[in-house]
Amino acid sequence: MTSSPVTRTLDGTARAAVEVRLEGLSRHYGPVVALDHLDLILQPGELVALLGPSGCGKTTTLRLLAGLEDADTGHITVAGKDITHVSAAKRDMGMVFQAYSLFPHMTVRQNVAFGLRLRKVGTAERDKRALEMLDLVGLSTQADRYPHQISGGQQQRVALARALAIEPQVLLLDEPLSALDAKVRAQLRDEIRRIQLDVGITTLFVTHDQEEALAIADRVGVMREGRLEQLAPPTEVYSRPATSFVAEFVGLSNRLAGEVRGGEVTVRGCKLPLVEQDVPDGQVVALVRPEAVSLASRAPDSDSGPLTGTVIAITFLGATSRVTVDLGDTRVMAQLPTSEASALAAGSRVVLAIRPDPVLVSADSDPAALAAGEDA
Amino acid sequence: MAAVTALSETPAAESAGRPRGMQARRRRRLNLFRYVVFTVFGLFFLLPLLAMARFSLEGATLGTWSLTAWKQIASYSGTGIPPLISSIEITLELAVITCAVMLVLLVPTMIWVRLRVRWLARTMEFLCLLPLTIPAIALVVGLGEIYNRLQHFSLSALMLFWVYVILALPYAYQALAAGLNAINVETLSEAARSLGASWFTVMMRVIAPNMRQAILNALLLTASLVLGEFTIAYLLLYNNLQVELYSISRNTPNAGVLFSTSLAALLLTFVLLLILSYAGRRRRGRG
Repeated sequence: MTSSPVTRTLDGTARAAVEVRLEGLSRHYGPVVALDHLDLILQPGELVALLGPSGCGKTTTLRLLAGLEDADTGHITVAGKDITHVSAAKRDMGMVFQAYSLFPHMTVRQNVAFGLRLRKVGTAERDKRALEMLDLVGLSTQADRYPHQISGGQQQRVALARALAIEPQVLLLDEPLSALDAKVRAQLRDEIRRIQLDVGITTLFVTHDQEEALAIADRVGVMREGRLEQLAPPTEVYSRPATSFVAEFVGLSNRLAGEVRGGEVTVRGCKLPLVEQDVPDGQVVALVRPEAVSLASRAPDSDSGPLTGTVIAITFLGATSRVTVDLGDTRVMAQLPTSEASALAAGSRVVLAIRPDPVLVSADSDPAALAAGEDA
Repeated sequence: MAAVTALSETPAAESAGRPRGMQARRRRRLNLFRYVVFTVFGLFFLLPLLAMARFSLEGATLGTWSLTAWKQIASYSGTGIPPLISSIEITLELAVITCAVMLVLLVPTMIWVRLRVRWLARTMEFLCLLPLTIPAIALVVGLGEIYNRLQHFSLSALMLFWVYVILALPYAYQALAAGLNAINVETLSEAARSLGASWFTVMMRVIAPNMRQAILNALLLTASLVLGEFTIAYLLLYNNLQVELYSISRNTPNAGVLFSTSLAALLLTFVLLLILSYAGRRRRGRG
């Protein structure tokens, strides 16, 4: 973990970053279970990103922590103090929303100073701190503008400054980048991380964008149907997914038929190590990342090995390209450097190789499931 | 190569130019339609007013001009405050009281219902729009009993504000509802709450200031209703501006007075609404 366990306040003093505990949290909306006995601990100064598809409960988790909704069961503890029944106004949490949430009738400076004003901070001190926060997000020159006079990315920066101005114990970010275009999104993402590390505040970041979560977080929690499927550092979530859902949700996966024998799986003639060693011998589906598949060589038309196939599509992604190869009975995606992929054309015969990274297997070897996996 | 490029670009340029030309033609046609509609409706409203003005300025013989009908509005031979001045004063006070009660009653309630008890929104909408479906005469019959009792206490015409609040409710509600729909009430309130604001602060310092235009519209509608109201005041035997103007026109043999008083009432209302609207715009301009 790279974050500091100390929160730096604006007056230069340091205070201990806090631990946040969510224990057994449940929330129902009528018959729909939004959260199902969720347990999550945020270490002091840590940034945890909650990732998952729509309706998985990630925003509900954040709203329960913010006090904007009440949990049906469970407890929320911040710095050892139970705040489950404390109102949102008294929780001491800064929050940035998905929708633009600046108060339209106030200037940027007034927006940032709003929380300080409620805390009865004197005018001079309030203005000074508001400007310091705006400086932190690089917008001190826009202090006297109204929200409608600045861009969406700038509005979200101001919202971040406003949330941090009150020196909260916890920072909550509810998909703050989802309304922005790709370039601004990447810039602001890095800026949020820089500021979070600088301030050292415990942060919960909710997103449905896996790239965002993997890039920004100390740990990523992948959620499904109100439960945490895996909570681990980004590299581990990506390379050693705990479940097939995580493997498929975080990045693309090829679903290839294989056979487990003696603690390793054989996929189309390649022996690959397993993520989990206690898999019984038998037929399985192995989840292989596209970047673990490489181009071994060009093949003559007559070649018909298990990893020999025909290129059917090449998708340019920038530095890399995704090449889809038809192996006859299944299709495989390979992520190759664009320089290598550009030498190929649709219809080329190629021989693929699979890097022996640990793979996750599923006992489901039903051909229909394999086909569904290919479609996905 | 240059020739090839030019040839290949020509159709593209033409196809790009064609929609632009079509758009411009469509815009011109739309503008023409707007002007025609505006002129027709303008004349529809303006011609009767001009006819009224002309008739009120008619002299003793046909085709001559005179200010007699206008002078007779203000002519008063009795002692004390002229009834017209008194009725203007009462009507203006009624407008202020009705607007104030309406705002105090409706703005916090509507925000509260939107934020905290959304399930009540439909019921509230129904209740607020209900007065639209009740004819004024039915209201008078219903409220007559109450006002008859009030008159025993010799209360002034200012007590009419109760019934005017009911009458103005549908219009004020619609104006405020439009204002509430135009802002992201939930996100703004949650943002304010997370910064430590109480519900009162959320309503008064975050939501209400962003409804300024809607509040102004509600005020304009309420004030215009009060300034122009005749039926209920007349039937409940109270004297407001409209009732007084009606009395003046009834008590003079000059038919022109009927039109001069009506036009005077209309002009007064128009000027007052213009002042209110202008004041609101100036505030908004300062942001």
